[in-house]
Amino acid sequence: MKPHMSLSIMFFLAFGYAFLYIPIAILMFYSFNISKLVTVWGGFSFKWYGELLQDQGIIDAAWSSLKIAFLTACGALILGTVAGFVMVRFRRFRGKTLFSSMITAPLVMPEVITGLSLLLLFVSMDQMLGWPEGRGTLTIWIAHVTFASSFVAIIVSSRLRDMDISIEEAAMDLGAPPLKVFFVITLPIISPALVSGWLLAFTLSLDDLVIASFVSGPGSTTLPMKVFSSVRLGISPKINAIATIIVIVVSIGVVFSTWIMLQMEKKRKLEIESMMPSNA
Amino acid sequence: MPTLSEDPQSFVEIKQINKTFDRIVAVKDVNLNIRKGEIFALLGSSGCGKSTLLRMLAGFETPSSGQILIDGEDMANIPPYLRHVNMMFQSYALFPHMTVEKNVAFGLKQEGTPKNIIKKKVAEALSLVEMQNYGKRSPHQLSGGQRQRVALARILVKSPKLLLLDEPMAALDKKLRVQMQLELVDIIERVGVTCVMVTHDQEEAMTMAWRIAVMNEGSIIQVGTPAEIYEFPHNRFCAEFIGSVNIFSGKIAEEKPDQVVIASHEIENKLLISHGLIGNVGTEVAVAIRPEKIVVSRELPQEDCNWAKGVVKDIVYLGGLSTYHVTLTSGKTVMATQVNINRSTQERFTWDDEAYISWSPQSGVVLSS
Repeated sequence: MKPHMSLSIMFFLAFGYAFLYIPIAILMFYSFNISKLVTVWGGFSFKWYGELLQDQGIIDAAWSSLKIAFLTACGALILGTVAGFVMVRFRRFRGKTLFSSMITAPLVMPEVITGLSLLLLFVSMDQMLGWPEGRGTLTIWIAHVTFASSFVAIIVSSRLRDMDISIEEAAMDLGAPPLKVFFVITLPIISPALVSGWLLAFTLSLDDLVIASFVSGPGSTTLPMKVFSSVRLGISPKINAIATIIVIVVSIGVVFSTWIMLQMEKKRKLEIESMMPSNA
Repeated sequence: MPTLSEDPQSFVEIKQINKTFDRIVAVKDVNLNIRKGEIFALLGSSGCGKSTLLRMLAGFETPSSGQILIDGEDMANIPPYLRHVNMMFQSYALFPHMTVEKNVAFGLKQEGTPKNIIKKKVAEALSLVEMQNYGKRSPHQLSGGQRQRVALARILVKSPKLLLLDEPMAALDKKLRVQMQLELVDIIERVGVTCVMVTHDQEEAMTMAWRIAVMNEGSIIQVGTPAEIYEFPHNRFCAEFIGSVNIFSGKIAEEKPDQVVIASHEIENKLLISHGLIGNVGTEVAVAIRPEKIVVSRELPQEDCNWAKGVVKDIVYLGGLSTYHVTLTSGKTVMATQVNINRSTQERFTWDDEAYISWSPQSGVVLSS
């Protein structure tokens, strides 16, 4: 940052942040409102947080959301890491570029289309194979893993591309078979990318409304779905309370994953600097 | 080139190796025999196939055709992790998430060596490279030279049959290189391991290796000791690639026992070479003469061959040596290096001085171009 920031730049900066964060701040502010009317301030209270705890529907939804997000993050991490590894390390073959870019397709695909196509897949699989029986937590998990893996694959592959391949070769040269090299050398070196990939997948799954709405079944409502359906019936300050909690949880996740990325970056910079011949 | 396949000392045998990548030929019909215990260098500019050849010895590349035998064993279906061959990478490739000790222990762990033996061997290897006090450090806390030593210890601890070095000095700065070259040779010779190294730096190859193979465009041009390659290059490529050289092209004019006379349009006098060669009168040849073998003087030489008159056009003063660029009447410029024995500058030549260059009949080498 320059020492003398002109006033107009300060103004635009403030305006930009205000635009981004005031709505969220207002939402959080009214979650502490005692009044039943969302937009009329009646006094400070934790009343709606208390009511939230009484609402078994919301607690169930939150619990199943967290469960799905956790399992999604784990599933996407495994699938995405394998995909990223193959994208970077596998020898060239015809159509490799096509396959690599196809992995990233879910990033740009509209969620409505992803959701709808997965729904059609699950319905026809149910009819033909009898699995997955009906729709519920399992189908949401499969759908979330599908789209979250591509995010993980991108994070992992970019880290792998930066990694010195001769480190893996050296391990093999010293007597470690390829699978062992992967677990003992490659995975520890890319571990920061794995952590941030896992957190990203977790957050993506926790946030998702559209895909989950398509592939969920009767007994499996996620938190975003619950919030969305109750807003349609009329806004209650309870929603503000739940939204506040979500915002806090997601912020912690994002801040934590950013911090890990920064640490990784710093460490790598140090490594690169010390590898310079002038330092010898 | 004589085939050495019956050489009893031959430890690594490379037979008719070819390697193509997507129709691009990287290595072409290479035959090499490396003796037990020697330090052998593959020398060539980048892209000449030397690294590919080294990677085939390590097992990271499979030859398109041909055979590699190490200690009599065919390497065809043996993956890198089962070969008793270890490679030191250009970047040294130390594991960044492990300490120096763990790096060195890694190879022994893969063999299932008991813990107490690993500990002992690691300590020995680290003291061999004088890094015993750095065991607990992590690689990014080490300097380039220290990293190289750790990489070497990590390999030597495995007691490999064959040691491969890929551009061992490339990651070091110039000053450190010369020191590490000698140190590395010292350690390798003390251990007595057979070693194949790859380098693009001719000085490095000549300092470290007992024998050198000069490579160009995937093929081996010449194999020999540093002195053989420098003094008796087989062809123009070798002569020009290693050191500087003056080349005269001409035709064989006379052939006598043990000597040959060559006439060149680039020089007024005949070129006399005192070693015989196979070739008829009239054959086109090239004669190479190293700059340090040419004498620059003011006196008219008495012989009737191997001299020319010219004008000093350029002087490269390097302190101990000076290289004179003498332009002959034919327009050809010849480089001649003289040792600056006298301190006084008055006796030396200066720009546009007339001078005679001359050399002995033993100095010229006939090249097959």
